[in-house]
Amino acid sequence: MVHLTADEKSLVSGLWSKVNVDEVGGEALGRLLVVYPWTQRFFDSFGDLSSPDAVMGNPKVKAHGKKVLNSFSDGLKNLDNLKGTFAKLSELHCDKLHVDPENFKLLGNVLVCVLARHFGKQFTPQAQGAFQKVVAGVANALAHKYH
Amino acid sequence: MVLSPADKTNIKTTWDKLGGHAGEYGGEALERTFTSFPTTKTYFPHFDLSPGSAQVKAHGKKVADALTTAVAHMDDLPKALSALSDLHAYKLRVDPVNFKLLSHCLLVTLACHHPAEFTPAVHASLDKFFSTVSTVLTSKYR
Repeated sequence: MVHLTADEKSLVSGLWSKVNVDEVGGEALGRLLVVYPWTQRFFDSFGDLSSPDAVMGNPKVKAHGKKVLNSFSDGLKNLDNLKGTFAKLSELHCDKLHVDPENFKLLGNVLVCVLARHFGKQFTPQAQGAFQKVVAGVANALAHKYH
Repeated sequence: MVLSPADKTNIKTTWDKLGGHAGEYGGEALERTFTSFPTTKTYFPHFDLSPGSAQVKAHGKKVADALTTAVAHMDDLPKALSALSDLHAYKLRVDPVNFKLLSHCLLVTLACHHPAEFTPAVHASLDKFFSTVSTVLTSKYR
């Protein structure tokens, strides 16, 4: 369970309402693949990932980033029950996708960097703190069903 | 992990563009680290950690100056950072996990203030740079 104060909840929902979830999703996933290239191991079928430009422009990366972030967005509506919200996805990532949960932490931090880039000074230390709690909560929820 | 020539160029170019704000960014990165990762405060029981603290700003400038030195000596970081490496190993003994936390907050600070500069390629190079510096600073731990 994620414990956000009332102020933190307000910061998160306030900023998130201004996020273009589809675009930010593509950017976050793209940056994950560029900054931590070993994460490309899950995306052999995505085609050209040979350079930062190729990755960021890759339509499959954009589409998948959109999917991932829309799912994350659902989580934001259920901060009191992230484990329940992500239970099925957790099973999928373990049993079918075989994704090391470390990757969820990497993506969470990349997402924070993307939000910082978009929001600039509005992304105050307090706002960052709130989002760090959220991404950690989502990462834990996605890892919860692993066995 | 090795810094490529392209990485070094990215890092030098970006650091030059900070326009004398590096010290300020160092302080902000520390503030972000303390706010987002409260366990990091355990290394500073002797500091005033309230927002705007002069001690945090001064310490941030120290950190930024060391990074500026590192940028100028990327071809020989172990030598350039040797004294700091000794300090962290024998006196400060900051657990290695914390270098990642500060590095992340340095990236966030730079992303906030220089969004156009913070391209995916620069993001990657900076992450590698901070990781390399962290490795050097913890290299004498045991």
